Amino acid sequence: MKTILYVIQKEFIQVKRNKTMLRMIVMIPLLQMLVLVFAATYDLKNVNIYLIDKDLSSTSRQLASKLDASPFFTINNTSFNPEDGEKELLKNKDHIALVIPQGFERDLIREDKASLQLLVNAIDGQAAQLAYSYANSVIRDFNKNIIAEWKGLPEFNPPYKIETTSRFWYNSELEYKWYMAPGVLAILVTLIGLFLSGMSLVKEKELGTIEQLNVTPIKKIQFLTGKLVPFIVIALFDLSFGLLIARLVFNLPIVGNLGLVFGFGALYLLGILGLGLFISTVADTQQQVMFVTYFFMMIFILMGGIFTPVDSMPHWAQLFDECNPVYHFMKIMRMVVLKGSGFGDLIHEFVALCIIGATFLALALWRYKKTA
Amino acid sequence: MKTNSKNKASQHVSQNPLSRRGLEEASISIQNINKSYGPVQALQNISLEINRGELFGLIGPDGAGKSTLMRILMTLLFQDSGTATMNGLDVVKDYKKIRKIVGYMPGRFSLYQDLTVEENLNFFATVFNTSITENYDLIKDIYIQIEPFKSRLAGKLSGGMKQKLALSCALIHKPEILVLDEPTTGVDAVSRKEFWEMLKKLQEKGITILVSTPYMDEAMLCTRVALMQKGKVLDVNTPQKLVENYDRKLYAIRSDDMHRLIQDLRSWEKTDTAYAFGQFLHVTGKADETEACEFENYLLKKEHRELQVFDIPPTIEDVFMNMMNE
Repeated sequence: MKTILYVIQKEFIQVKRNKTMLRMIVMIPLLQMLVLVFAATYDLKNVNIYLIDKDLSSTSRQLASKLDASPFFTINNTSFNPEDGEKELLKNKDHIALVIPQGFERDLIREDKASLQLLVNAIDGQAAQLAYSYANSVIRDFNKNIIAEWKGLPEFNPPYKIETTSRFWYNSELEYKWYMAPGVLAILVTLIGLFLSGMSLVKEKELGTIEQLNVTPIKKIQFLTGKLVPFIVIALFDLSFGLLIARLVFNLPIVGNLGLVFGFGALYLLGILGLGLFISTVADTQQQVMFVTYFFMMIFILMGGIFTPVDSMPHWAQLFDECNPVYHFMKIMRMVVLKGSGFGDLIHEFVALCIIGATFLALALWRYKKTA
Repeated sequence: MKTNSKNKASQHVSQNPLSRRGLEEASISIQNINKSYGPVQALQNISLEINRGELFGLIGPDGAGKSTLMRILMTLLFQDSGTATMNGLDVVKDYKKIRKIVGYMPGRFSLYQDLTVEENLNFFATVFNTSITENYDLIKDIYIQIEPFKSRLAGKLSGGMKQKLALSCALIHKPEILVLDEPTTGVDAVSRKEFWEMLKKLQEKGITILVSTPYMDEAMLCTRVALMQKGKVLDVNTPQKLVENYDRKLYAIRSDDMHRLIQDLRSWEKTDTAYAFGQFLHVTGKADETEACEFENYLLKKEHRELQVFDIPPTIEDVFMNMMNE
């Protein structure tokens, strides 16, 4: 016991003396929370429209100004040649080209219908969908008002209609930042835990200190515990730091029990640190650890559902995610922080994290040999 | 296959009463150890007996297998075949017990550079379940020298200081056997001398010491030495005996143009070896009766000026050079 305490103390002293590491521990949560959460947003803003108005009628101008007035769209450029619009799409300067054909107003009045062409840059399918449906709804609205105007009614309302009132639960204002913040926190904890633990073990290999330690009667479990505890503490510190930033800056509502967040955090970290230690028992240099760790991080995070819902992934990916600790932890974070889920709602995740953690730790313990 | 050869080795030991007796007396007993790294045979059938309380030196150039042998003894590496015991404990089976009774100083400085002198000592003391005060007697002489710097980071110490700290850490648990892998490489001459004086004192306290070094002058300070080359032990003896046993005639030769001198000597059919030793060349003839005057006449013919040729007694280095050539 005394040995473990001393090993832990030694690890803390080393972190304390490592200026770069100290800076990382403070700067990473700050940057991630303040930059990533804002950047990783699906709120659609600033869609540039290239307008090709061949009609130049009052109706076409009305439509154009309505689009321009919406907070999502800006009419960036106009011309009479559709090819110019295509060029701008190619240059990525504009996202949508709207072609209003000649005789738009005339057709609308004489034949009660007219057509428009909407060219959408769909490289990013999701954004294109959004931009399209936003534009569509603006045009539909415009359409409705035109009909009303001509018929001399205040607003056109069809005789029958099903009324839908919707309420958004848990995030009633559809604040995207609130959805992202717990996810980014999960990434933060993963990053800190995985890299710090992996680096610290392989550093002993690189400097040869492990050789001196291997000939001592220190037990594997003592040594590895000494590597686990300090980094769990540091990562949990960063978790609370990140939560504090989210609370103060984004006004993130923390509905659930904080104890549950940290309890699951510690359990999750055991697994993640186990993986980090396992990687560093296999690798010989810090470079190799960086490489392999980065690979695992990418897969875990991208498959973990930070940006894309796991439910819409293919079946095999969903099966894989059962062994992805980041997936479980991200889910837990969102459920507890935003919804206030209790332990009873998280039994499945609890069992999964226990199994994953035990596996990674066992691997690390098995692979760490006190002989070369 | 592997277990077979191991069995054979142990049978061999039990059949031979002499080596069994050696096992009981010796502090470190090495029997037919082999170790290869891929195609490279690092150790070839090494057998050595090191007595209790000896200051035993492994002497040899880089790549002779000294470190590999030490790492096997320190339970950090498995041998391919053969057995070794440390105070009667098998290096494979009893590795846990061995780690409690041995102190090890690896060739590379392996303490925590970002911990202070005192923190390093405390750390290793704790890991060995002891404390600095408990075994202070043993390390006192050494620790006193580094105590003024006890709050300095180990990485900021000078080479000699680092070695003293490493030695203190290796001694903190009062080991019965001390294994030092090239402890004086990269250390200044004064610190080297001090270091060997410390080893002598530790030997007087009854600790068996196995030390490796590439420096021949240090070999003379050992009780006994083993000369190693390319994974083989060439000879084991006291350094004095090794020198006495050298039965060839040795000449020291110098002239005003040393470079041409060594070339002329090496190209002469009567010269066996010619090596530069400081200001002189140490030269042996093919036939040991080659006289000093023969060398002198040959070299005068080659127009060497300020020529000096005289007999010298051999040093351990001459012995080693001679053995390497055989």
